[in-house]
Amino acid sequence: MDDIILEMKHITKTFPGVRALDDVSLSVRRGEIHAICGENGAGKSTLMKVLSGVYPFGSYEGEIIYDGKPCAFQSIRDSEKTGIVIIHQELALVPMLSIGENMFLGNEQGTKFNIDWNETYGKADQYLKLVGLHENSHTLIKDLGVGKQQLVEIAKALAKDVKLLILDEPTASLNEEDSKHLLDLLLGFKKKGMTSIIISHKINEIAYCADSVTIMRDGAVIREMTKEEGFDEKTIVNAMVGRDLAHRFPQRVPNIGPVVFEVKDWTVYHPTYHDKKVCNDISITLRKGEILGISGLMGAGRTEFAMSLFGHSYGTNITGHTYINGKEVVMKSPKEAIEHKLSYVTEDRKGNGLILPEPITTNTTLSSLYKIVKKGRKITIDRDMEVNEAKKYIKEMGTKCSSHEQIVSNLSGGNQQKVLLGKWLFAEPDILFLDEPTRGIDVGAKYEIYCLMNSIVEKGKSIIMISSEMPELLGMCDRIYVMSEGRIAGELTHEEATQEKILTMILNSEKGRVNLDGRKD
Amino acid sequence: MEGKIEKKSGIRTNAILLALVSVMVLFEILIRAEGKGSLFAPANISNLINQNAYVVILAVGMLLCILTGGNIDLSVGSIVCLVGAVAGTLIVNMGMNIYLAIIICLLFGILLGAWQGYWIAYVRIPPFIVTLAGMLLFRGLANVILNGLTISPFPENYLRLFTSYIPESDNDALQMTVSLSVAGVICILYVISEIASRKDKIRKGYATESSGAMITKTVLICAFAMAFATLLGLHKGLPIVLVWLAVIIFVYGYFTNRTVPGRYFYAMGGNEKAAVLSGIDTNKVLFFAYTNMAFLSAIAALVCCARFNSATPSAGTSYEMDAIGSCFIGGASAYGGSGTVGGAIVGALLMGVLNNGMSILGIDANWQKAVKGLVLLAAVIFDVLSKKRRKND
Repeated sequence: MDDIILEMKHITKTFPGVRALDDVSLSVRRGEIHAICGENGAGKSTLMKVLSGVYPFGSYEGEIIYDGKPCAFQSIRDSEKTGIVIIHQELALVPMLSIGENMFLGNEQGTKFNIDWNETYGKADQYLKLVGLHENSHTLIKDLGVGKQQLVEIAKALAKDVKLLILDEPTASLNEEDSKHLLDLLLGFKKKGMTSIIISHKINEIAYCADSVTIMRDGAVIREMTKEEGFDEKTIVNAMVGRDLAHRFPQRVPNIGPVVFEVKDWTVYHPTYHDKKVCNDISITLRKGEILGISGLMGAGRTEFAMSLFGHSYGTNITGHTYINGKEVVMKSPKEAIEHKLSYVTEDRKGNGLILPEPITTNTTLSSLYKIVKKGRKITIDRDMEVNEAKKYIKEMGTKCSSHEQIVSNLSGGNQQKVLLGKWLFAEPDILFLDEPTRGIDVGAKYEIYCLMNSIVEKGKSIIMISSEMPELLGMCDRIYVMSEGRIAGELTHEEATQEKILTMILNSEKGRVNLDGRKD
Repeated sequence: MEGKIEKKSGIRTNAILLALVSVMVLFEILIRAEGKGSLFAPANISNLINQNAYVVILAVGMLLCILTGGNIDLSVGSIVCLVGAVAGTLIVNMGMNIYLAIIICLLFGILLGAWQGYWIAYVRIPPFIVTLAGMLLFRGLANVILNGLTISPFPENYLRLFTSYIPESDNDALQMTVSLSVAGVICILYVISEIASRKDKIRKGYATESSGAMITKTVLICAFAMAFATLLGLHKGLPIVLVWLAVIIFVYGYFTNRTVPGRYFYAMGGNEKAAVLSGIDTNKVLFFAYTNMAFLSAIAALVCCARFNSATPSAGTSYEMDAIGSCFIGGASAYGGSGTVGGAIVGALLMGVLNNGMSILGIDANWQKAVKGLVLLAAVIFDVLSKKRRKND
């Protein structure tokens, strides 16, 4: 009865130390919109990368059957030939080229030695009409907003004669209006017989457009639902929740003191789009010995909030007040933040955290080099002291390495995370921001990181933990703030917090915003 | 000498040192076969030092720029010319006190560097563009000052500062004695510091190399120093410019290897974002790199004026390329974050020996250039391939 266009059978994909996909099977019917949802790190994007040939055939186990034929894609080019086109979350457009040039990039019209520009721009205009974008195809991409760029991506996919369109978080950076336009467009294409797979965090959007939903968690499929069976926001949320939280988190008796850190009316604007508020009037408090969680979906502004607090290392036009132990402080550079005993452990340990080609020692001491200066000398580094300190933190963190001189790029993700944590503990912070501290590391290493966090707060320090993994927040935090679209959508204590409540808060705040926007327009 | 830098690029520096030695031996054989004397003739060794002093000075400054992220400074040669022109005008034409003139020249160099550094570090205009502009601007200004003419000769007391020998005496025996005793003192100091560091390590319980290896190393280094001193002693004694070089090498070697601000250069080149989040003001680091480069260029200018006894409109032409080449031959990464002062100096010496050896052999100047180009490429290819191999292991 069902006409299956795509079937993925028993896909298993492992990275060093992590099993990203574990025996995942997925089937998509022709002409439907199939949604895949799940938390960050659930394996959604990995699954789509397997499908589109980003991870070539042979680097995973299992088989892919598309249009009745088994597939062995070696690259994106192979999958595109068969009509599977993926649009990644980070748009792959060249800003300095025009819409037309971008649309036919790698698919140039005319011959190899003579590009037919009339054909290029003529066709581009037709596809733009199809996606409802009223722009001249000579316009440069950099002059378009993100929403319109997303439409160009779709037009580009159409130009490739797409049969199965995969969209990875297409609305993550779009506002409500643009999102709705995009979803309606997909519904329109569906009528014409196109199949789409959409990966999204936004449950209301899935409920709006999807015909069937696959819910993933920890690299495995948890549940599949179809429209015939009936689903709504609530059933999706329920399906996403429901994991055994016991024994995954080390026990701790909270010993919470007075407020040590307070933020009032914190507003931050986007560094390039100066009129976009990334953090909107946020006020929070942090107590001594507390682990405070910040929950929210991708793009809610959590990382941006933490980084802007850490010496204005993100954003422009920052306003608001910060108080440490009741006294107002102004921290305008990471250096000042470190001096005020703040530390920020980045979510992007390779890009923003570690100096990969350097050994553990120099990475450990980088955040406060003056602590290892020889007595009585102003700037001379005491190598022996440095090595001693590095060894101390290797031991304290339980980092597995061949020696303190090991280059950090050769360490596993979990051990890199420990080096990074050690680096920031070396700065002896009172207030520690941990941004996705367990991202991309295996379960065992996660547990060790949790234990370290407990021992940190037992010493009277405070932690603000940002995480996209709700169970982790629920298991570790004394209190959780829920962020949505740059605002605090609510606050929950450890006892009252559940995944349903967090998701509901996010949903409600998004709905509230839609209404507000509607009235404004 | 433990620690990150030696460990990381130790193999590389040793390899380039080995290349230097083999090139020297090769030239020695060729030169002897042609019956044109010897590369190791005392006069030639002295000549090698005087000829290449400027490259060594510039390579040290260029290394700091390259460390910040593979950034280069193209204006070096033009700054050498411009500062030389100012020095010539002040000292020769105006007859100013030479020490005052030297201070003015150095300050002027710092000013030129600060000008470029500001645009590079705080406005973040790509260094390539700023220093390309500087290259044209400063060369033009120099020619305006010189009016297209050469200024010479410089007074005797100025020349003595950079081109004389220690001791300033014609007595051969005295020259040898002074030369050997200076080397002797340095050797003794070296041995003492090695022993002290070893004792300190043992006391604190750190790993030390075997005593046999240490003795071999020390004996080799001392023997080399004494042999070198003997050669210098046979020809007028220690060139004074060698003393200046030693000071510069020591200061910058220590700075990059042992100090907090020195560490910032490696951090910035390794991962600038991580460096910023670690509280490092990378703008300041970049500003310092370019200001310092111009400062060292000014020193090189003073040395060159003395060596050629003139300030000419064409002085310093393509010096930037010699400096950049030395750093890359010496193992600095083209993306920044790794490289040592020692490596840059060995690189400079290798270039110098190539020049000198080929000149003695009477090889055409155009061919010399071609050979230098191939050597530079070969050095970088070697670097890239050895890194790849290490990754695959």
